[in-house]
Amino acid sequence: MTKYKLTINGEQKSVDVAADTPLLWVLRDSLNLVGTKFGCGIGQCGACTVHIDGQSSRACQIQISKVGKSQITTIEGLHPHGEHPLQKVWQELDVPQCGYCQAGQIMTAAALLKKNPRPTDDEIDVALAGNLCRCGTYLRIRAGIHRAAEIAGKESA
Amino acid sequence: MSIDKIENTSRRDFLRKSALAGGGLVLGFYFDPANSAAKRVAKPSAISEASAFKPNAFIRIDSNGIVTLISKQPEIGQGIKTSLPMVIAEELEVSWKDVVIVQGDLDPIYGSQSAGGSRSTPTNYEEFHRLGATARTMLIQAAAEIWQAPVAELLAHDSAVHHSVSGRKLGYGQLAEKAASLPVPMPDSVQLKAAKDYKLLGTRIGGVDNPSVATGKPLFGIDVKLPGLLYAVYEKSPVFGSKVISANLDKIKSLPGVKHAFVIEGGADLKGLLPGVAIVADSTWSAFSARKQLEVIWDEGQAATQSWSGFSAKARELSSQTGTDILRNDGDVKAALAGAAKKVEAAYSYPFISHASIEPQNCTAWYKNGAIELWAPTQNPEAGQKVITETLGIPKDKITLHITRSGGGFGRRLIPDYIVEAAAIAQRLKTPVKLTWTREDDLQHDHYRAGGFHFLRGGLDDKGKLIAWHNHFVTFANKITKDGKTKLELGSGANLSGDEFPGRWVENCLLEQTPLECNIPMGPWRAPRSNVLAWVFHSFIDELAHAAGRDPLEFRLEILGDKGFVPGTGEQGIPYDVNRMKHVLQHVAEKAEWGKKKLPRGQGQGIAFHFSHRGYIAQVAEVTVSKDGKLKVDRVVVSTDIGAQIVNLSGAENQVQGSVVDGLGALTFQELNIDKGRIVQSNFGDYPMIRINEAPTQVDVHFLKTDNPVTGLGEPALPPLAPAVCNAIFAATGIRVRQLPLLRTDLSWT
Repeated sequence: MTKYKLTINGEQKSVDVAADTPLLWVLRDSLNLVGTKFGCGIGQCGACTVHIDGQSSRACQIQISKVGKSQITTIEGLHPHGEHPLQKVWQELDVPQCGYCQAGQIMTAAALLKKNPRPTDDEIDVALAGNLCRCGTYLRIRAGIHRAAEIAGKESA
Repeated sequence: MSIDKIENTSRRDFLRKSALAGGGLVLGFYFDPANSAAKRVAKPSAISEASAFKPNAFIRIDSNGIVTLISKQPEIGQGIKTSLPMVIAEELEVSWKDVVIVQGDLDPIYGSQSAGGSRSTPTNYEEFHRLGATARTMLIQAAAEIWQAPVAELLAHDSAVHHSVSGRKLGYGQLAEKAASLPVPMPDSVQLKAAKDYKLLGTRIGGVDNPSVATGKPLFGIDVKLPGLLYAVYEKSPVFGSKVISANLDKIKSLPGVKHAFVIEGGADLKGLLPGVAIVADSTWSAFSARKQLEVIWDEGQAATQSWSGFSAKARELSSQTGTDILRNDGDVKAALAGAAKKVEAAYSYPFISHASIEPQNCTAWYKNGAIELWAPTQNPEAGQKVITETLGIPKDKITLHITRSGGGFGRRLIPDYIVEAAAIAQRLKTPVKLTWTREDDLQHDHYRAGGFHFLRGGLDDKGKLIAWHNHFVTFANKITKDGKTKLELGSGANLSGDEFPGRWVENCLLEQTPLECNIPMGPWRAPRSNVLAWVFHSFIDELAHAAGRDPLEFRLEILGDKGFVPGTGEQGIPYDVNRMKHVLQHVAEKAEWGKKKLPRGQGQGIAFHFSHRGYIAQVAEVTVSKDGKLKVDRVVVSTDIGAQIVNLSGAENQVQGSVVDGLGALTFQELNIDKGRIVQSNFGDYPMIRINEAPTQVDVHFLKTDNPVTGLGEPALPPLAPAVCNAIFAATGIRVRQLPLLRTDLSWT
């Protein structure tokens, strides 16, 4: 067991875990941030997507010992009041079915919109191809990202 | 964080406090969420428990005006936690914003709580109307008594009773206490609303848990936390049901974080508690890490020789023989085929596939003082309770089961194996424990959609009419021992009904079935049987239409004919309304401009229909196949008839679009290989699922309202997708897909 200091959602946290523990399980078991989901453990499904220094990353593939001073953002910290345009739109368009993958979808989409505020369908497909939705809400995910881009565009105009 | 924060915390805390303040129309039991032991608190009921019809358990109106509705069915993504309470709210004339929805625990007071077979809507729809109408009637009566006004002058809407003559109004909260003192009218005596007056039903209402989903709040089984929680994994034999001979438990117990490691003897029932090794640790990762060093010697037995290639060879061998079971034998197929102007023969096959819900199976259990409390993402809580009683001897009344939201179901969570595993581990430890399956566990210990083989022959007369249909279906069965007797039992979802279309429609029809014995667990996968039978039969019908040189739509309409309402064969038979099917078929053709588009080679339309789960669905798929064989599904048009009313338009549309995507994923990618009695694939790396870039870009959904009972939509929109796409591929390329998944067929053309 080793002690690690982490910056998660802007707060300092310390945990005492094995050095090879994936960030995913530190978030879920040690810090009770369970919005980040376990789906496959091999970086194939995207349910555990978080932002590390703004980049969308798979929390199941990052050992805690490699996190260092990076800024980690989880779905719980995407917006202080849960009102990121994507979070609002996901409710407005009723995107989820079971909802299990959706935190990962939103985190990937948020990183995309930061880099590319008005993505095309093809750009959405490329960016979101790493996030499985077993319920098949892909049409609404595409529509949701376009709608969030529109809202964010208006807000910043 | 503890379990009481799982849902709607702030409003529920508020509710609890307001409840303590007293005064309320309390129709039945109230789940007290602030009690971490999560005991149900019986509140004074306004309704006699003796009544067979029990509107009492589902509605609670507090003096502050908040209306709490219980959702009794498990929410697995089908939207039932939103849609069924909408039915109560409609009749209750309550504003949706005033409604709080709480997931009910497993409790016989609610009636059946299993979510399967798309039955939740049809079996509850009428009763839920009466629940709401009963409460509304009582609230109006309460106002009438307070105001000394005739009931006929009163109107309920927007969470209040209004007296237009005097301009007075009383909110439901203000009426709650008075209403609670009134006798409950007989359910049959209350007036239901006319459909034309619906304000909520048929509108778009977002899922009630969407705010929590979008912000990452704890919701799912895997999110459950309890004080002192330990984390378990359970290793079972890759050859299903093998017993443990030995395991390196001493080594495992010495590893970091490991608290316990032990063998569970288990039994032979593939749906029950199978033998295995439990490792319990201080964190999920400690348990996962320790498991990597686990060495188990299994007594694998004969099952270890089974393989998919072996099954395929055996099926081909059986195809020319007579089937074990004759499911239907109308007319004289042999003579009709001999005399047919044209004959078509084809063999279709499909593999075993997994459910692969993204939330792996898990369950949290806490055993103390002879009782057990569980939190499970389950579609079938009753089955969980039953298997615990039967296997672990814990009486039914000592089992409390909290139904959490499920991260997908698709039929997988109807089988409670993971629940009894968690219970068995917890019973031994007497401390709260969460069992988490890995993705590998989930893929390699599923209850699979059975593979199958169909050997088909069809005959056409000189006018191109279908006159003969012969199918020998080779399917799968498990050997089971019951009451000392051993027999072969067809896998769940691995059987064919003699009534399945086009049985009953073709004058010479012979349907034979032969099971292959296997040791692979089988279970219901979204739209069981239908999910793949529709593909086989509507692909072969398409082959026959093309052989006859006829339009595939017109050919199908001729088969359906003018039979009107076709009764089922025998007591178990399924009635079929031909007019409803023709209606959706003609509708989808019109909306898709069937046959009117001039498409270049490489593009095509395909059509198919299917009746299942009481729903009539037809689809047209439009595809583009590139010369190098890359498939793109450009558009799918779906016409559905699921009765007189769509409950939640947003949820319904989501189910249909999801069914199309799911159907395309299963068609295109999903395949499990079996070798040495084991499932070969282990994770999404070798078991690919459909991704956003592979999904159709457009899915048009049409709901045809007909004067028929309101039925479910979790399943019936899936089956027609696969044949519609494969028929479109044929139209585009001339290539007929007869083996699944699709990626096994080279679609390139010149």
